[in-house]
Amino acid sequence: MDAINSGDTAWILISAGLVLVMTPALAFFYGGMVRRKNLLSTLNLSFILIGLISVQWVVYGYSLAFDGDLGGLIGGLRYVGLNGVGGSPSSYAPTVPHLAFAAFQMMFAIITPALITGAFVERVRFKTFLVFSLLWATLVYDPVCHWVWGEGGFLRNLGALDFAGGTVVHILAGFSALAFALAIGPRKGYGRSSFEPNNIPFTVLGAGLLWMGWFGFNGGSALAANGLAVNALVTTNTAAAAAALVWMMLSWQERKPSVLGIVTGAVVGLVAITPAAGFVTPLAAIVIGGVASSISYYGIKLVKQRFGLDESLDVFACHGLGGLTGALATGLFATKTVNNAGADGLFYGNPAQLLIQLVAALAAIGMAFVVTFVLAKLLDKTMGLRVTSNEEEVGLDISEHGERAYA
Amino acid sequence: MKKIEAIIREEKLSDVKEALRELGIVGMNVLEVRGHGRQGGITLVGRTGTYQVDLLPKVQINIILSDHNVERTITTICEAGRTGEAGDGMIFVYPVEQVIRIRTGERNHEALMYPGDIDTRPQTPK
Repeated sequence: MDAINSGDTAWILISAGLVLVMTPALAFFYGGMVRRKNLLSTLNLSFILIGLISVQWVVYGYSLAFDGDLGGLIGGLRYVGLNGVGGSPSSYAPTVPHLAFAAFQMMFAIITPALITGAFVERVRFKTFLVFSLLWATLVYDPVCHWVWGEGGFLRNLGALDFAGGTVVHILAGFSALAFALAIGPRKGYGRSSFEPNNIPFTVLGAGLLWMGWFGFNGGSALAANGLAVNALVTTNTAAAAAALVWMMLSWQERKPSVLGIVTGAVVGLVAITPAAGFVTPLAAIVIGGVASSISYYGIKLVKQRFGLDESLDVFACHGLGGLTGALATGLFATKTVNNAGADGLFYGNPAQLLIQLVAALAAIGMAFVVTFVLAKLLDKTMGLRVTSNEEEVGLDISEHGERAYA
Repeated sequence: MKKIEAIIREEKLSDVKEALRELGIVGMNVLEVRGHGRQGGITLVGRTGTYQVDLLPKVQINIILSDHNVERTITTICEAGRTGEAGDGMIFVYPVEQVIRIRTGERNHEALMYPGDIDTRPQTPK
């Protein structure tokens, strides 16, 4: 085992902080888009997961994802309570303390269920949401995290490339959001009256902080302070930039360049580059960001206008489709000249990689959609997914929390 | 005595205020209100496409004045507040029973008089 490198360790610790901030950033990104009576509730749906999943991760989540392997499907229980996860390096990150790797990974486990909350804001019963999130982390996130990243995980063994969580984070969150939205149904009055965002500046602020945090998300996923981390940072920034520009133009040709649209585009670019950041060139990042931006743009229209589904804050279109685009694009644009430990994609003479990426994505999609839908339906029967119609009208800030955002 | 309630465009408030000051209208209340008339609403741009907002921010100006000043004031507000597009607003005129100035206890027309106000200025037919 290599010795601990202080530069690498410092970068992973800072990256853990950057990724942590993404969850409150996401809270503001989402919070700006709901109605004023649900602002605190929406902020809290993300924020409380820092509490809930941090504890889950320490107690058993990390162990299920990263301890050993049972049939390629799940880890073991030796790391329960982070027992034995300490200052010495692990095989996952040979130059940083094992505990730093576990802490960095914890932030990913936190933000993933937080992403899903955009599907059911403004109507979910808080108590049921807490139970759902804990079960989802245990039954969906931890296993799929193991499939893709855990040693012995079957998708990892297959050769699937997911640099920083296009599949583990974004496909899982996006397709779970779709399933949850189908199970919970639309907000009261959806389609009849328009729901105006209460504070688009919050959304802009959130997007900006997400963008910065993503440098830790993708850059930190190099697990070292090296050239690969720099490549990831540059491709990340480039994809977000291209995606923001493309969304701006799509919005412009329809009417006017919406600010809400521009910042949404940036986030979609960040999503799409996530699986590819450490495998592709900056030029490929422009294509990935731009293409993902248009797919998500028309994806929102498809979900909302064609199917009339109240997937409220477009988690499926932005993260599900963005993550899928990124996962497949990795199978096209990956090159060993960027990352020797990766693989070549279709455009570099290895068409098989695209197929592998597709298989990995489909496995994650199936797991996310089926388990989330079943969980949501079961919880609906037992605890109730929604607040009452009257509570929904009053708003969740008052009815669920007894507080209001503004006096 | 009459009360004028003029609901106008937000962006026309300073023009209307200025015109009323030139006319000699000294006192007024301004309220921020939301609503719509025939204009219906406006279209805003969302993440993708557009959506309708039907309650628009408007400004309501309340003025109390003597009967003989009502027409001139209405004309002034209409001229200063008009753009010609739907959404310019409405003016409502109500009778007022009594006016009492709290500081002096003056009532009605006395209470409405200010030095340099509309009644001290020459009437220029517009």
